Amino acid sequence: MPSEQPARRTAGHEEAAADMPGRVPLVVQLALRPLPLLPLQPILAATLKAVLANHPGIFERLGPHAGKRFGLAPTDLPLAFLLESLPRRPRITAVRTLPARLDVTIRGSIAALIGLVDGGYDGDALFFSRDLVVEGDMEAVVALRNAIDDAQIDLVREGCGSLGPLAAPAERLLRSLLPRPVTDPGAMPWN
Amino acid sequence: MELICPAGTPAALRAAVDAGADAVYCGFRDETNARNFPGLNFSRAEMAEGVAYAHARGAKVLVAINTFPRAGQLGLWHGAVDDAVAAGADALILADVGLIAYAAECHPAQRLHVSVQAAAANPDAIAFYVEAFGVKRVVLPRVLSVPEIAAITRAAACETEVFVFGGLCVMAEGRCSLSSHATGQSPNMHGVCSPASHVSYRDDGNTLVSRLGDFTINKFAKGEPAAYPTLCKGRFRTGIGAGYIFEEPVSLDAAEMLPGLKKAGVTALKIEGRQRGRAYIASVVASFRAALAALEAGRPITGAGLTAMTEGQTTTVGAYRKTWR
Amino acid sequence: MELTLGPVLFNWQADDWRDFYFRIADDAPVETVVIGEVVCSKRMPFLARHLPAVAERLAAAGKTVIFGSLALVALERERRQMEELAKSEDLTVEANDVSALRHLAGRPHAIGPFVNIYNEATAAFFASRGARRMCLPPELPAASVAAIAAGVPDVTVEVFAFGRVPLAISARCYHARLHKLTKDNCRFVCEKDPDGLAVETLDNEPFLTVNGVQTLSHTVMNLVGDIDLLRSAGVGALRLSPQCCDMVAVARLFRDVIDGRREAGEAEAALAEVYPGAVFANGFVHAESGVRRVGA
Repeated sequence: MPSEQPARRTAGHEEAAADMPGRVPLVVQLALRPLPLLPLQPILAATLKAVLANHPGIFERLGPHAGKRFGLAPTDLPLAFLLESLPRRPRITAVRTLPARLDVTIRGSIAALIGLVDGGYDGDALFFSRDLVVEGDMEAVVALRNAIDDAQIDLVREGCGSLGPLAAPAERLLRSLLPRPVTDPGAMPWN
Repeated sequence: MELICPAGTPAALRAAVDAGADAVYCGFRDETNARNFPGLNFSRAEMAEGVAYAHARGAKVLVAINTFPRAGQLGLWHGAVDDAVAAGADALILADVGLIAYAAECHPAQRLHVSVQAAAANPDAIAFYVEAFGVKRVVLPRVLSVPEIAAITRAAACETEVFVFGGLCVMAEGRCSLSSHATGQSPNMHGVCSPASHVSYRDDGNTLVSRLGDFTINKFAKGEPAAYPTLCKGRFRTGIGAGYIFEEPVSLDAAEMLPGLKKAGVTALKIEGRQRGRAYIASVVASFRAALAALEAGRPITGAGLTAMTEGQTTTVGAYRKTWR
Repeated sequence: MELTLGPVLFNWQADDWRDFYFRIADDAPVETVVIGEVVCSKRMPFLARHLPAVAERLAAAGKTVIFGSLALVALERERRQMEELAKSEDLTVEANDVSALRHLAGRPHAIGPFVNIYNEATAAFFASRGARRMCLPPELPAASVAAIAAGVPDVTVEVFAFGRVPLAISARCYHARLHKLTKDNCRFVCEKDPDGLAVETLDNEPFLTVNGVQTLSHTVMNLVGDIDLLRSAGVGALRLSPQCCDMVAVARLFRDVIDGRREAGEAEAALAEVYPGAVFANGFVHAESGVRRVGA
């Protein structure tokens, strides 16, 4: 390799930590483990419904990849999500373990996954830093990423919208648990 | 110096304009542009809306139609030129000589820029495009040093634009068939390099293996920053040594070169990354806006601080400093 | 259908280079020979002293001699050399960069495979400025070649038919980089690899070939089995790119198939013996990955 290294900067530990999503604290992970998944289902369905109502063009951007099955596996939660991007009636389901034979599996902390959806994090950057692990049909991943990035989804607001009078407090609570989107590279780290 | 920012989607265009881009470049959702990625780019209606959004805020829109039209099927590319003009594009960024000739003849009032894909790397090549077609600006390849950029800009009969941040082509752009050799899909013909359709990753918990087509491009140890399997940034073996024989998976960050580029007479600074998300666009544009403000005010320019956004989590000033070679 | 011997892309010892062309002049059934250094300007001085003798010998043998220009012109010195060559009115020049085309406009010239001609409109534009021969980019499929040839009936359309395929060129020298040298002080280490330096993947699959600033395929383009297809596409000449094998034998085998004296399959088997270890491919012309071999 070259004897004269050109000037370059490498992400130091602190810098990477400042820009990258945190993980759900272990105590919360443990607390979640025994909870049944069933109550999650109406919230997920309502969130998806809200997202589709607010962003009707999202599946158009998926093009030929609409209909593919995406597994989203938060590595710091004892559950996973299955997104079936059927053009007319897409579905999202909470599961304990993802089924085999998915088109795509995306693994990462729940903060990284939510940041990916609401645009707070750059998907490529998360992948480069190994905060996201992606397997399967890469073209479908890229299409999904681009579709949701363009849709400008506010996942927390749209997800909490179905909770009626509880929406505002739930939103505040969730936001306090989640990292702030990194739009300013000099922003203080969340921890 | 103008700041030229990428947009792969209407949301990204709005993010770039809001973050202070002087101009945004984007393309139609087909193989007429060199970022023909799934789910990316603009429909005709989105392009017109994007132009309106940008113009209302004092920003320009440059439409990239910078692949090389397929022989016998020129209509798709001619249509893109006509539609970009109709949408109110401030300039077209073109690479193919035949297509530049078409645009110059059919739309003589339209401002034309020579894409980096045309690999105009010296004053004679630039003069060829200026004399033949009256182009107003050329985007210089990422293979030149700052003194070379200065010399070319002095001798050039039109404006020059250079990349300051983002993905780094180590091969002369527009003259590389590595991707089509391995996948059948090339930047010049299909608008993709090392396309996602041919990419696979395998992560066994310790090593992440990236492959393109039938070839292993890289293996990453646990915790090591990963990279997209772009052919020229993979690890390979030779009889002399193994490793990144072409280039490490680094990104260009020429923030510290801004004073030199200004002195060189460069008109516009370009940020790569139409395939990247809104978060990237907003961060990078804001950072360079701040760097340019510092430059204008005579303050020192600190690094862009964008390392975490970059491939391999590492940045380089690339060929702008000659030791790169 | 004619045969053209392309320029030697690798860094051969100057005497070997001269002797190679003398033998081509004497024995190879090719109509046209492109000479000159097109990859790295630093290699030019070594060849310069033999260039006149080689050109003379080839011309005396009845070959059309064409001088190839540098593919990547960046330095001021390179620009002056290119301009001098392009303005030499007594020479036929093959432009490998649009900067050379600026100086060649208005008089007959050739265009090499390093200039992007992907369609009939671009070909017609260059033809209107005096291009008479065009060797098309190797990645073009036969359908594109046919559409281009139909669009410029007065031009001899040539395709890259034999040799490791030039895939990329860079301002950075990979030979120097591997040897931990700078490009400016490269000690001409690329001369150690007269057939290029093999590049394998981490899983030991052969992949690419490094030649200084140029990257080529590991596979060897071989279109001997596609000659009928190319003829019907309107191709007027096949380019044979010099490798470290008996290029006179290669030219004879292609000539035999063009003239119908030998079956393509038989020629292909013979070529494998002429160039031992070569992995043949022809994917590009069939609109597939360049590394593929179709219809063997």
